[in-house]
Amino acid sequence: MKVLVPIKRVIDYNVKVRVKPDNSNVDLANIKMAINPFCEIAVEEAVRLKEAGTATEVIAVSIGDKSCQEQLRTALALGADRAIQIETSENLDSLNIAKLLQKIVEEEQPQLVILGKQAIDSDNNQTGQMLGALTGMPQGTFASVVKFEGDKVNVTREVDSGLQTIALNLPAIVTTDLRLNEPRYASLPNIMKAKRKPLDVKAAADFGIDLTPRTKLLKVTPPAERQAGIVVETIDELVDKLKNEAKVIS
Amino acid sequence: MSILVFAEHDNSALKSETLKTVAAAQAIGGDITLLVAGHNCQSVVDAAVKVNGVGKVLVADNAAYEHQLAENISLLVVELASDYEHILATALTTGKNFMPRVAALLDVTQISDIIAVESSDTFIRPIYAGNAIATVQSLDSKKIITVRATGFDAVTTDGNAEVVTLDTVTDSGNSCHVSDELTVSERPDLGAASVVISGGRGMQNGDNFKLLDGIADKLGAAIGASRAAVDAGFVPNDMQVGQTGKIVAPDLYIAVGISGAIQHLAGMKDSKVIVAINKDPEAPIFQVADYGIVADLFEALPELEAKL
Repeated sequence: MKVLVPIKRVIDYNVKVRVKPDNSNVDLANIKMAINPFCEIAVEEAVRLKEAGTATEVIAVSIGDKSCQEQLRTALALGADRAIQIETSENLDSLNIAKLLQKIVEEEQPQLVILGKQAIDSDNNQTGQMLGALTGMPQGTFASVVKFEGDKVNVTREVDSGLQTIALNLPAIVTTDLRLNEPRYASLPNIMKAKRKPLDVKAAADFGIDLTPRTKLLKVTPPAERQAGIVVETIDELVDKLKNEAKVIS
Repeated sequence: MSILVFAEHDNSALKSETLKTVAAAQAIGGDITLLVAGHNCQSVVDAAVKVNGVGKVLVADNAAYEHQLAENISLLVVELASDYEHILATALTTGKNFMPRVAALLDVTQISDIIAVESSDTFIRPIYAGNAIATVQSLDSKKIITVRATGFDAVTTDGNAEVVTLDTVTDSGNSCHVSDELTVSERPDLGAASVVISGGRGMQNGDNFKLLDGIADKLGAAIGASRAAVDAGFVPNDMQVGQTGKIVAPDLYIAVGISGAIQHLAGMKDSKVIVAINKDPEAPIFQVADYGIVADLFEALPELEAKL
């Protein structure tokens, strides 16, 4: 069984972003970038499927300029077998990303596509579901357990009211939530080995898809800052402030 | 303009967040239709007709919609889509799950998690865990939108909408429900509570979360948790407040033993009043708290409970 893992290069989750002074976007110049944490969980899950003998090949794919090869190498160091970069310098909407991934799905015919549930930059939470719709595959989003049973995959999902388990016909889409697994660290020998694994580069323009943007980013502003509050010394003082100053309890 | 709003419910009760999503629809402006898709969900329909500002309630009551599988719900919404310029759902786990499928099937993109409406095609949404606020214009003819409920004030429930029963049944047949493991609680929903008290890694274990119970009882509060507490297995996932968990904006948010990581702040910093109880005076949570107290939570919580 082939597993396809689309991944995204994003700002490192420890870095606090700043908005550019001209409000055109956030400032990513000289900022530490990394593989999106949810995508890393997806890579880990795919690699574990291979280690368990369920998957035969793990293919990582990323869409972006040359810099995203860094994250593809990370995926290869974590255990993916080969990588595909779809080269573009454009910042594409989720729908266009999903259309490009659909082409890779058609070429590679994976039984499972596993992606992060959302990227921590755009916070969209769309690509996996869109790819599911375009390919006609069922989806198990926000997965905390993925279990193969015959020609189906059972996915336990983190939902607002607790956990829900669904069964999907294969091929299927899974998007990862935080508790699916804890990704490993790449070892130095594996990082070295990853440099020799195959990484194909395909131009986004060659797929014959209309990649015209569907949205326009008009402006980006910093959020309203909260006024710094006060530190109280005692619980009595706290209760008094909540009752008489903030008036949020009676 | 016509706007379709997907009603969030569990087949027995309409979720209060839907009232806020209808408010977002009103901000866009147009005739608002509410879609109730579920199974044996008459009580939801009864509540839906009272939602103010809604002209029509479409009811798709069929076993295929009982668990609101994304494949089936998205096909249903796509079938209805031609009558509407805007389709809205609340950015809860059901809406987040099926709406991007609707968008892709209609060949339009989605605007996720809007917190304000600028015009009928321009919306405001947080990005980077709320550390930046984007104004985004949709260039598509149809707008597929998920709404962050905390951005809008609920509409009232003294309306009287017309009910239209739908006969169409859309069943993809390639997914099915197996089981639910739902958390049963007498407390209010995290998303709907006016007071929330959350525990973090500082709680040390799941048993210690009981220290929050008495306070929650006295304040009528919901109990939440930080990602660290959920990851450590102290409490179940549905209690997580944060960028990728639940987004809350109660009148009062009490953070106990929570350091205040960026992704946690993203889920609660729009609360009206924030209280932080933490023994580390350097914890970032104090930078967003209106009232902070540097104290050992194991001493502070019993005292707070006694004095409320």
